[in-house]
Amino acid sequence: MNKLLNMASRWAETPLRLLFVTCVAYPVVWLWLGIHVRHRERLPSRGPAIIAANHNSHLDILALLSLFPLLRIPGVQPAAAADYFCQNRWLKWFSLHVIGIIPVVRGSLHGGPGGPDPLADCYRALEAGKVLVIFPEGTRGAPEEMAELKAGIWHLARRFPEVPVIPVYLHGLGKAMPKGTLIPVPFYVKVAVGQPLHGCADKLDFLHLLREQLTWLQHKVHTPALADD
Amino acid sequence: MNDVLNYAFGGIVGLLLTASGVLAGLMRARPGRNFRELKLRIQTWWWLAGLLFLALGFNRTVAVVVLGLVSFMAFKEFISLIPTRPIDNGALLLAYLAIPVQYLWVGRGWYGMFIIFIPVYVFLLLPLRMAIAGETKGFLRAAGTIHWGLMTTVFSLSHLAYLLVLPAHAGAHGPVRGEMLVFYLLVLTQLNDVAQFLWGKWLGRHKAAPSVSPNKTVEGLLGGVATTTLLAWLLAPWFTPLAPLHAVLAGVLISTFGFTGDVVISAIKRDIGVKDSGSLLPGHGGILDRLDSLTYTAPLFFHFLYYFYY
Repeated sequence: MNKLLNMASRWAETPLRLLFVTCVAYPVVWLWLGIHVRHRERLPSRGPAIIAANHNSHLDILALLSLFPLLRIPGVQPAAAADYFCQNRWLKWFSLHVIGIIPVVRGSLHGGPGGPDPLADCYRALEAGKVLVIFPEGTRGAPEEMAELKAGIWHLARRFPEVPVIPVYLHGLGKAMPKGTLIPVPFYVKVAVGQPLHGCADKLDFLHLLREQLTWLQHKVHTPALADD
Repeated sequence: MNDVLNYAFGGIVGLLLTASGVLAGLMRARPGRNFRELKLRIQTWWWLAGLLFLALGFNRTVAVVVLGLVSFMAFKEFISLIPTRPIDNGALLLAYLAIPVQYLWVGRGWYGMFIIFIPVYVFLLLPLRMAIAGETKGFLRAAGTIHWGLMTTVFSLSHLAYLLVLPAHAGAHGPVRGEMLVFYLLVLTQLNDVAQFLWGKWLGRHKAAPSVSPNKTVEGLLGGVATTTLLAWLLAPWFTPLAPLHAVLAGVLISTFGFTGDVVISAIKRDIGVKDSGSLLPGHGGILDRLDSLTYTAPLFFHFLYYFYY
């Protein structure tokens, strides 16, 4: 009964998100771009889980949301940079209620102890059994290039050692809509889902392992460039 | 839909049922062997036949729109395959815009515009857009590859759609409509691929294009030409206005240039370093892997027919 009520309340707060996924994410990703997923079966069918993806474009969030069936969308939430997505009232409202992001204040982990934990909302989402989508590079880099992984993902994985971290490599979205552009150009998108990792005590070990996994997946979907490139 | 096409679709369903039946027999006879690829391939053929039925079974507008979408997917596959410069995204959007416009000319039956729009206007306009963007490094390669993509996946394939809007022409067994011409060309082009493959498997000894497409053999090519030409001659009275001699010539044209299209797309894939152009059609690869022959046969068959009969 409690579970039912819980579900009902989740549904009540998410009609906008479902509308957004149905009318924007699915058509843009499936029809305009076109997507091919390797090892879709490795995606978690239920939370809690962490999806760690590379980040080149605003379309990344749409692509990751479109990997899940509509009924699972209320249980999927992307963590996103508070300074960017909450920079004004309109964007903040849209990000929180239509896309459904969890705002994270970037760089505040290094601010030392005492301040509020910037990942607190992420902990809560995982405790509530959600699938948390996170971009460990922290920002959209140059297309098809991976930046240094930030430590936030390690903090999450260490705090929830039983929660699987699933690496996902996205290819093509940075070409379709790189930083600074607004209209997506149709390019086929290839997605590779990796084997789940689990948190470990050593930060560098964990980040190194995750990066290796993402690089391996990158090779799986990579189209070799012409010889003279 | 008229009678000839009903029988034709019946024939296709018969062919596919035979293929599925043979596959089921093979799977039972040799349970140890892996038939997954072949099974996927035949399954996809069923889907493609369904799509063709959808395209030709309703009306011309639906057919032209479906073919326009096919061009869109083929061009997208090509653009995703080649290296592109981020600065050209604006020019690429314009190139995409050329697809609905080209099919609009087809739908309106405006032959003069249909035939010069991409080779002249788009050819001249795209480099202008790229020059405005201002990056000169890699300019020629970008302009050349983008236009090559438009010429093959949009201009060439739109000839298939233009067959639909040709006026009805008297044939040996009643009036010939555009749908029948499309059917004739598609069936001959695709069966030619299959025939060349089967003849090559059976008799193939001498490689026809060893550095580009090692599986192509001279024996496969000649067997395909003979089979397709025979079929072209047999089907012509029902589907086309072609006189017997012209039907034989059309058969030779479709089979030799179907082969050429296949080899040219293979050369491009080899240049880029991929085996398949994509993964849209399970068991076949990408959409360009299936349409490669058609990028040659569609415009060549169209102009052969147009010159002699329209």
